[in-house]
Amino acid sequence: MVSFPGARRPDRSRRVDAHGVDLAVYEWGAPGAPPLLLAHGGFDFAGTFDGFAPLIADAGWRVVSWDHRGHGDSQHCALYAWHADVRDALAVMDSIGGAPMPIVGHSKGGGVCMQLTEARPERVSKFANLDGLPSPWPHPDVAEHERTKMLDSEIAGWLDWRRQTAGLTRKAGTPEELAARRGRMNPRLSPEWLRYLVSIGARRDRDGWRWKLDPSMRFGGFGPWRPNWALENLRHFPVPLLAILGLIEEEMGWGTTPDTIAPYLPPGARLHAFEDSGHFVHVEHPRRVADLVLDFLS
Amino acid sequence: MSVVRLRHNRVSLALHGLRAQPGPALLLLHALGARSPERVPAELAAWPGPIFALDFTGHGESTTPMGGGYTAEVLMADADAAVAELGRVTVLGHGLGAYVALMIAGGRPKLVAGAILCDGPGLTGGSPEPGAPDVSLPGPGALGIAPDPFALVELAQDVRPPDYACSFVRQARELSGLERPISVCAKERPPWLAALLAEPGVAASSLDAALALHARAAVSQ
Repeated sequence: MVSFPGARRPDRSRRVDAHGVDLAVYEWGAPGAPPLLLAHGGFDFAGTFDGFAPLIADAGWRVVSWDHRGHGDSQHCALYAWHADVRDALAVMDSIGGAPMPIVGHSKGGGVCMQLTEARPERVSKFANLDGLPSPWPHPDVAEHERTKMLDSEIAGWLDWRRQTAGLTRKAGTPEELAARRGRMNPRLSPEWLRYLVSIGARRDRDGWRWKLDPSMRFGGFGPWRPNWALENLRHFPVPLLAILGLIEEEMGWGTTPDTIAPYLPPGARLHAFEDSGHFVHVEHPRRVADLVLDFLS
Repeated sequence: MSVVRLRHNRVSLALHGLRAQPGPALLLLHALGARSPERVPAELAAWPGPIFALDFTGHGESTTPMGGGYTAEVLMADADAAVAELGRVTVLGHGLGAYVALMIAGGRPKLVAGAILCDGPGLTGGSPEPGAPDVSLPGPGALGIAPDPFALVELAQDVRPPDYACSFVRQARELSGLERPISVCAKERPPWLAALLAEPGVAASSLDAALALHARAAVSQ
């Protein structure tokens, strides 16, 4: 395994059966410490918290994270859906205990766990969202006919992809090639960190290294969901909220800004915007983010 | 009756051949919790061509994956696997299958020669907008069986905004070359279906009239 300054692998790992889906669960910190749930973003895995999670654990928390279905060392599934991720998150929470606990979620993990919190507020004490607040959906200003053609290409592209998914494998390469590929989606993260991620998030096959991520997963897609629904729910979010935004736009970011989100924040919410950070605030500034989270939890 | 196995990602789908004969093909999509019929239903006997029926993921003889995660969109891709196998087809759906028939008519407008939407379980889906946030958990019962308890709970809650449903109509209308790509035979009219009926290219119809119209349209193209 490649080392990275400050990165520490989890102290323990275990498996959780989430209604038949085998999930890999990881823990940092003393087993008897108060638990905190930590959720990664889409196309990431729990090991991307190896720099951030130890800072929380060392402050006296039992930090519990997991690889979402199809990610990291969790089972690759036939079906993926937002509501399935919410259910899986609840299964991980159930494996910890029934007492309310704080949740820290990055990106999609923040969004999924905010929905879990809205559905089961009695299970959550506080919520820290790391660049995962919703933003209004930008509707391209195009004529109706153009929009029809655009949707057609989106759906046809997605259906074409679904026709290919059976038997797909990820492209093999050297660790450096895998790091470079991920670097295209994570342009602000250092080559050393990306190389570290390869050593924990990829597997070595006979013909080279491959990311463990399910090859049937794909960026983009379409569906009936409207971001403004999540925004409206945010107004009456049921537990204390800390939100940290990374304002430098990049591929994986959601483009949420303080101005767009302010009207929707619940009373008492704390909002911190990092002007010098992209989407991966906890990777770019682990100490700053950890200090804000720990202060929020104290 | 013959069965062809189709692969959709990690699921093995059962495509049933109910009747083999020359002519335009008809593909049946069943309702939520249902399965393909064993023989050609009497009301469809007048269709002048071969008739096939697909079991959706988690239904009938198709495999049931563990842990759920159903969406109407993934069932559209189930239907697309059948379209890939059969080529140009007219689609007739009951209940949930009617919603999926609409989607595949818009999603593959050049390969689907119209859709006929009929009553059945799962026609309504969830409401046009999400209700109170919830965690969709299956009722009691064994997992890994068909119909999948996850399918029953998740696809009964999937949100169906009318404007989203109408976007599939517009695609079918503008890109299929059909004057009337969608026929509504369902008597139940959930909001998404009521909105469809205000769109050009959609009309309410008796089943007999819809079969005749779509058979003519499929042959004339």
